[in-house]
Amino acid sequence: MFTLNNGQALSIALSIFLVPLSVAQPIDISALTSTPDEQTQIETTIKKMAEQNLSFHNIGRDALKVEVEAWDIDVRPDFQGLKPGKGSVADGEDVWASKCASCHGDFAESNKFFAPLLGGTTEDDVKAGRVSNLRAEANVPSTTMMKISTVSTLWDFIYRAMPWNAPKSLTPDETYAVVAYLLSEASVIPDDFELSNNNIADVQKRIPNRDGMVVYAGLWHTKGKPDTQNTACMKDCVGETKVVSELPEHARNMNGNYAAQMRIVGATIGVNSDEPKLTGKPEANAAAVRAYALQTINGDTKKMDSKKVNGGAKTDSSSASDTGMDAAAREKVKAILTTNACTSCHAATAKLVGPSFKEISEKYSEKDAPMLGEKIKKGGSGVWGAIPMPPHPGIADGDLSLVTKWILTADHD
Amino acid sequence: MRDKRGDSQKFARLRSAPENFISDEFVSEVRQHGWDDTRRSFIRKSLMAAGAALAGGGVARAATQNQPDQMITKPRPWSTSLGNPVAFHPYGQPSKYEVNLQRRQSPGLTAVPQASVAFSPLQGMFGIITANGLHFERHHQGWVDVDPTEHRFMINGMVKNPKVYTMDDLMRMPSVSRMHFIECGANTAMEWGNVAVPTVQYTHGMLSCCEFTGVPLKYLLQDCGADFKNAQFILAEGNDGSSETRTISMARAMDDVIVAWGMNGEMLRPENGYPLRLVVPGVQGVSWVKWLRRIEVGDKPWNAKDETLGYVDHMPDGTLRQYTSIQECKSVITSPSGGQALLSTGFYNITGLAWSGRGKIKKVDISVDGGKNWKTATLNTPILDKCLTRFNFSWNWDGSPAILQSRAVDETGYVQPTKSQLVAVRGTRSIYHNNAIQSWQVAESGEVFNVHVE
Repeated sequence: MFTLNNGQALSIALSIFLVPLSVAQPIDISALTSTPDEQTQIETTIKKMAEQNLSFHNIGRDALKVEVEAWDIDVRPDFQGLKPGKGSVADGEDVWASKCASCHGDFAESNKFFAPLLGGTTEDDVKAGRVSNLRAEANVPSTTMMKISTVSTLWDFIYRAMPWNAPKSLTPDETYAVVAYLLSEASVIPDDFELSNNNIADVQKRIPNRDGMVVYAGLWHTKGKPDTQNTACMKDCVGETKVVSELPEHARNMNGNYAAQMRIVGATIGVNSDEPKLTGKPEANAAAVRAYALQTINGDTKKMDSKKVNGGAKTDSSSASDTGMDAAAREKVKAILTTNACTSCHAATAKLVGPSFKEISEKYSEKDAPMLGEKIKKGGSGVWGAIPMPPHPGIADGDLSLVTKWILTADHD
Repeated sequence: MRDKRGDSQKFARLRSAPENFISDEFVSEVRQHGWDDTRRSFIRKSLMAAGAALAGGGVARAATQNQPDQMITKPRPWSTSLGNPVAFHPYGQPSKYEVNLQRRQSPGLTAVPQASVAFSPLQGMFGIITANGLHFERHHQGWVDVDPTEHRFMINGMVKNPKVYTMDDLMRMPSVSRMHFIECGANTAMEWGNVAVPTVQYTHGMLSCCEFTGVPLKYLLQDCGADFKNAQFILAEGNDGSSETRTISMARAMDDVIVAWGMNGEMLRPENGYPLRLVVPGVQGVSWVKWLRRIEVGDKPWNAKDETLGYVDHMPDGTLRQYTSIQECKSVITSPSGGQALLSTGFYNITGLAWSGRGKIKKVDISVDGGKNWKTATLNTPILDKCLTRFNFSWNWDGSPAILQSRAVDETGYVQPTKSQLVAVRGTRSIYHNNAIQSWQVAESGEVFNVHVE
């Protein structure tokens, strides 16, 4: 095994790292490289380690080339790591419809689950390399296409993490196709374009916000210079202090009941935010505040609080009580719904991407449970609208029958 | 494990008592001697006592002039019966009276619970260490429970020998245990514009602090023969669905970064990256890659998704400022804080937390008049590098309205800014890295509100 010795030559210039850049970094990276101080510190650390004469015999092993290839999937702005391949806008549209649209919308514009991917960029931005709508005075919500500066970011993330419920399942060609579809929808490339590893560097030159990034070394280096300079003034520091913002009355209980989120004893006690703000003197409120706080751990208010705060409203219907299921089974259903991201697309009574559980229970009866289970497992389309239901092959059969039973028998209101 | 006490539940006629006061001894006594009047009366009395405790315990606080406190004068079930056996809970749980202190989501903040945040209940925490079950959660694509025997850690890129390590390998190496805070770059993001949330759990709860145990990354980089001459950056990557990637500087990697498996004396919790996560002291939480599977050594930053779309500062001229990863000096008062009530005038210990990604906390000042006048708080020891520091300040509240603020200064002399100072530099469209001074307004009623002041 390899032993650490003082002066050992560690610098091995592997040719793969010296490929000349075909694309410039979108930022000046010299602000991010080690400062002279940091360089000295690194050298001192190396020297100290060498003096310790540490040698980790028989710890770890050399990685095989095929192992490195399996995991080293990252793509840098200079396209180091990019897998060869190609994909057309048309192919991308097909992948999009079956694997992406249910969350991101048909045109990647949806704001339902995630920030919209597209929108807010113009032909002028493509020419300028800066997205005008990012300026403070433009009142346009940010989208992915407005913010990204390198096409590598899109390729890398889609290949490693998408689709949402089956990450790393896209082939390189499918990834090129999806990226092409997005770029075409944003008018960065024409709709008959085929994106490939050969032309992606040219496409980079048309990314709308390619010159929109800056770095500030002060907030990257530990010893860098901050961008704000307050002073520790101690006396008469400001004139009259004015309250400029407070929580609106209608939002008082948006985060649930404060009393149910705090300890029932202590220097201060959480207030019952189902009621309006306290009035009068503190001593006059004390008994009621304490009595209410005590109630929060005895059941009644906790139920109310968990509805508002824990787990989110959309899975609440799994506490519906007339399913003939015991509490443990209902908890299990809740867990299955959450684990499989069912509630991303289905709610109790409201139509989201897919039909509500209530709608499904009204359309089908218990005898349809096996058919419904098959649909969940294999996916389906056309019954409830254009957006297909993606397949969920990973759900165990037992879980499937539990969930279908719950969907068909629970009171979802 | 409760089943071990199942014998006592065979007496189904008995109403279940609130305090679990029926001892196993008593049960075996009844078995032996039958259900006679003596034993019946014992049960009845105990039930009455327990009932009285629930009805009055929390409200009747103390003796009035003529009425003695029954909590003292009447026998209490816990002091007049046999307690529970050892290992009743093989893995210990908080008291049932602590059930309100939980991680919670902020409704409306995110649409899917796998790409969401659960905030730590800072309002109820003491000292500087976060209990493992209350550590904040932030996941990009759900959390996973990785089999530690199947977990692998790889180092590749600009190294002489790309290597693979198992958990066994890593845990044989020299380890360090260090206390550091971890704060999400989006902590306090909801407050960038107006007041948006009521309590410190939601304003500052993407903050935790643990003792982390692991092997210093520098040993591993050395072991693989990293090209320290030409490499400037590392990429850390997770083993979950999102396989989160973040660029980290080589200077930092060779400083105090830890490849960690331990968290407050036990293994990391799955929600926090079991079995392996990167600990990058002083840097925003997103760089502390969970379920860490790989480090790549390189000479350029990666411009990953969360270095472009998220965790950037949206500047007034429309540029996006990247790689602003240091969590700058910040503090917050945790008690009294929003959503709480002071139930009388008189003495209060104003207490809270201060931290800095650039080093140790030097001092914390407190204002009770909205920033006009300040006095210096006491810092609890230990005061550690890139770690939470607990401060305390004695205050006698006279019942008039007050606005409480804390302002931390770190060892570099940097002073925590006001929100106006932040906005003056970074504009109104930014979200991340809000380390502004927090204000809590104490009303005459004693109720405490989250407010912004100018």
